[in-house]
Amino acid sequence: MDTRRAPRAVIDPKVRKVGFFAPPELSQPGLPDPIPLPSSSLSPVMIPPPRHSSENLLHHARPLAPTVPGASSVSIEGSVVAGGSYGSSSELFPAPMSPASPSYSSSRFVGGGDGDYCLNGAAVASPGRGGGKAATSFPRGGFESPAAKASSVPASGLTTVSVVNDSSLGIRGREKADNGGGSALEAKDQATNSKQKKDKTTKAERRALQEAQRAAKAAAKAEGNKASGTVTSGTAKPAKAIKPPHKVDNSSVAASEKKGCDRPPEKDRKKDVPQPRMQYDDESRVEKAKRRAVVKQTEARNRVELFRHLPQYEHGSLLPDLEAKFFQLDTVHPAVYKAGLQYLSGNISGSNARCIAMLQAFQDAIRDYRVPPEKTFVRDLTAKISSYVSFLIECRPLCISMGNAIKFLKTRIAKLPLTLSESESKASLHSDIERFINEKIILADKVIVKHAVTKIRDGDVLLTYGLSSAVEMILLHAHKLGKQFRVIIVDSRPQLRGKILLRRLVEKGLSCTYTQINALSYIMHEVTRVFLGASSVLSNGTVYSGVGTACVAMIAHSFRVPVLVCCEAYKFSERVQLDSICSNELGDPEVISKVLGREDVNYLDGWANTENLQLLNLIYDATPSDYISMIVTDYGMVPPTSVPVIVREYRREQLWI
Amino acid sequence: MWWRSASFILDRQQNDAALRPDTSSTVTPPPPTESSSAMGLPTDHNPNISAYYQTRAAHHAVVTSDWLAQAQAAAAVAHDPPQSTSTADPDKPFSVIDVFNNWRRQPDLAEAVAAIRALAAVIRSSQASTMMQLEIELKKASDSLKAWDTTSISLTAGCDLFMRYVTRTSALEYEDFNSAKSRLIERAEKFGEISYKSRKIIAMLSQEFIFDGCTILVHGFSRVVFEVLKLAAQNKKLFRVFCTEGRPDRTGLRLSNELAKLDVPVKLVIDSAVAYTMDEVDMVFVGADGVVESGGIINMMGTYQIALVANSMNKPVYVAAESYKFARLYPLDQKDLAPALRPIDFGVPIPSKVEVERSARDYTPPQYLTLLFTDLGVLTPSVVSDELIQLYL
Repeated sequence: MDTRRAPRAVIDPKVRKVGFFAPPELSQPGLPDPIPLPSSSLSPVMIPPPRHSSENLLHHARPLAPTVPGASSVSIEGSVVAGGSYGSSSELFPAPMSPASPSYSSSRFVGGGDGDYCLNGAAVASPGRGGGKAATSFPRGGFESPAAKASSVPASGLTTVSVVNDSSLGIRGREKADNGGGSALEAKDQATNSKQKKDKTTKAERRALQEAQRAAKAAAKAEGNKASGTVTSGTAKPAKAIKPPHKVDNSSVAASEKKGCDRPPEKDRKKDVPQPRMQYDDESRVEKAKRRAVVKQTEARNRVELFRHLPQYEHGSLLPDLEAKFFQLDTVHPAVYKAGLQYLSGNISGSNARCIAMLQAFQDAIRDYRVPPEKTFVRDLTAKISSYVSFLIECRPLCISMGNAIKFLKTRIAKLPLTLSESESKASLHSDIERFINEKIILADKVIVKHAVTKIRDGDVLLTYGLSSAVEMILLHAHKLGKQFRVIIVDSRPQLRGKILLRRLVEKGLSCTYTQINALSYIMHEVTRVFLGASSVLSNGTVYSGVGTACVAMIAHSFRVPVLVCCEAYKFSERVQLDSICSNELGDPEVISKVLGREDVNYLDGWANTENLQLLNLIYDATPSDYISMIVTDYGMVPPTSVPVIVREYRREQLWI
Repeated sequence: MWWRSASFILDRQQNDAALRPDTSSTVTPPPPTESSSAMGLPTDHNPNISAYYQTRAAHHAVVTSDWLAQAQAAAAVAHDPPQSTSTADPDKPFSVIDVFNNWRRQPDLAEAVAAIRALAAVIRSSQASTMMQLEIELKKASDSLKAWDTTSISLTAGCDLFMRYVTRTSALEYEDFNSAKSRLIERAEKFGEISYKSRKIIAMLSQEFIFDGCTILVHGFSRVVFEVLKLAAQNKKLFRVFCTEGRPDRTGLRLSNELAKLDVPVKLVIDSAVAYTMDEVDMVFVGADGVVESGGIINMMGTYQIALVANSMNKPVYVAAESYKFARLYPLDQKDLAPALRPIDFGVPIPSKVEVERSARDYTPPQYLTLLFTDLGVLTPSVVSDELIQLYL
């Protein structure tokens, strides 16, 4: 861990220069450090994983704890907390708990109030190291507290303040805990956490993280030096100094970026980066998003480590909750609201259908739109659309095709001539959207069908996976042409959308075989063509499509069966993605633990909250371009290497039409 | 897998028939390759021997007497005897086919270049008085040329490219028809010139890749490859050439003759000895009948296996092809092509029960090719699609 990090620890000692830490030579001489190096990985910036909702809830529940100032009540809550998903820390917990608990409660009490807790908390907490630990594990473990499930208080401004305080408190506590012999287990736990984060953060974020880590290390050492001798004066002073940067730096990586004035070059660099997507393991951003949120989202509990940066919510409560809110959400147009509900319930799925539903909802919304007094049409409408989009995102993350359609709509709005009257602009936007749907989706599909049908010969055995509207049209059209071919539909749990396709094809009289993805390698040897749909095709030729597609394409490739991907050009993206991890969507984990209609397979019933069980329900995966023989698009049949060409040549035209 | 029969052409006709009602509503124009059979022009040659092959045979002067006899026999079995190709459209006072055949008689002129020149002649002799008429006339001429030989990729691609190059110009917006027409003629001639010179450009581009002491494996007879080797010999490069025999029309023999005249050390290799000799070879040089959208090539039978062997031994495979051979085709596998059939002489009578694979060419996928030398520059296979998209869309 540390050896790997060492070479990077060269740059930007700015924070250190502020002087809240002892100079390095102070920390050098033989300091009796029980865990010399690994402790550094327990840095203050190791934000506990983003279980923001529960933390909020905890906060709302928290005022209860200090009201009973006795040590017992606090320790009870603490132990509940520690029994959370990080089981490792709970072992260390009980022993040092009792001496520390008073300090803990007092510090929290003050911290919740006015933020002047630092001096106080540090001074008291430092002698008893356990106190620090208790505070440390609090925000992480707090998730499991029973209050978390019950309460449904929305996040407020006050909450965020206290969250910041809380985490910084916890972090400072941890410094001491490490110093005084924090457990190796915990260290490891943290380390994996930090490693992961590192993989996904941007450079700026990484740097901030590193700085803070080093700062923390230095602080820890400095404090450790002094701790033995002068407890009160020695610790109090640095603690005071620590306060302001900690509040910003430690509580959130992102916040440190926002300081901005510190390093303007980085800010400039950030401008070049195409809008970074939200990382859901970034606590403060999630927090902010939450405050804006209309839909109440409860985070799922046990999330797979590698996919923590993706949003995952409990699906069960979402729909009824949103439905109940119908009359309160006056900011969202009913048509958009309807589309959102349909996404949420899964009534509309498939990126074409979702995109069309969204665009039609926007059409309605624009039709009913009135410019508020003293606002300009273009700006206010753009803001309006943005708010609709964020509402839709809350219902279900956008797919790339929708992103492209939104981009199109926004350029159209921005390009509206100022001379047009309100009704004229609305009419023009309406027809623009209409044209987008017709040309980019409906006509594109017709062209794709025309191209792809030339690749179907008599006697072919075609394999398809899941449900793709384009593939369905191709098969039906080829059947209408009287071609003699057979279709194999491969499907997979939990969505089983292949059944829809199967039903439609069988109705039309095609001869079909239906099988699950497990039988793929068996069935592949008789296949002559594989037709796949796609949610998007990225610039490096990677096909981003429903989960399982990559598996089908790889097996087909190894059997030397040509793989044809049918995808409208408006879904092409200029992004590049190498794996399915960094951007994906997580579905409801419940559905993979339960098998519909099979009461006998109930092994996982009620296990969803088991801490050593993590359910992963990925929605998409990325197929490397090596496994794709051809991409059939409305610009003809092209190899996957030509996707960037089409994006380059036609993106502008696509946006402007 | 016998059922993977090549039903490509039939399918295409069916598609066209079924799709005709659709085409009126589409915005994107149908790809030009599909419209080739739209003209109701009767193809007047024997379907069993593709015109593509006849052209090749005539050009490469490898027609032996026994081949002729066999061709005649094969033709007699088929429905109608082959007629002379020049009687394609007797009603017209000016026949583009005639001009085309005139140009084609020049031994060094590629088929596509002949077609391009014939089309330029169409513009010149046109009686049309409006731009639209001229365009329609040109379209008809190019369609009849394409229909004359549907199996020749370079002919089809050359015609399509010509149409693109010539008609996609600001000249169409000129007020005066005559000035617009002369602009078109100018452009057509320029295109013909470029196409004519492309072989020399390719030869120059590829010189850097031929180093002293290298061994080059060549398959079949390609005029571009020969041009490359000739220029290398003129530049006093020291290299030797392995020529495959190129059964059954033995085009390799002809190349070895030509190279021997230039004092290039040549070794003749039978087609089945490619893998045996591959360890001595430094690079493989092949021509192409057509370069397809994927960046792969369609070339004389045997190219695919040579490329496979070369790829497995990590030898570079270079393709020399003029850009007028870039076609908007995308074969997925070997049978996904309009087959160009040819008779094969086995030297002994073949029992009638025995089936003979008579396809004249195969498809080499792009992953087995290293570089393409074209008059547009030295390209990797994936750039072909880039160029095609820019040309056609």
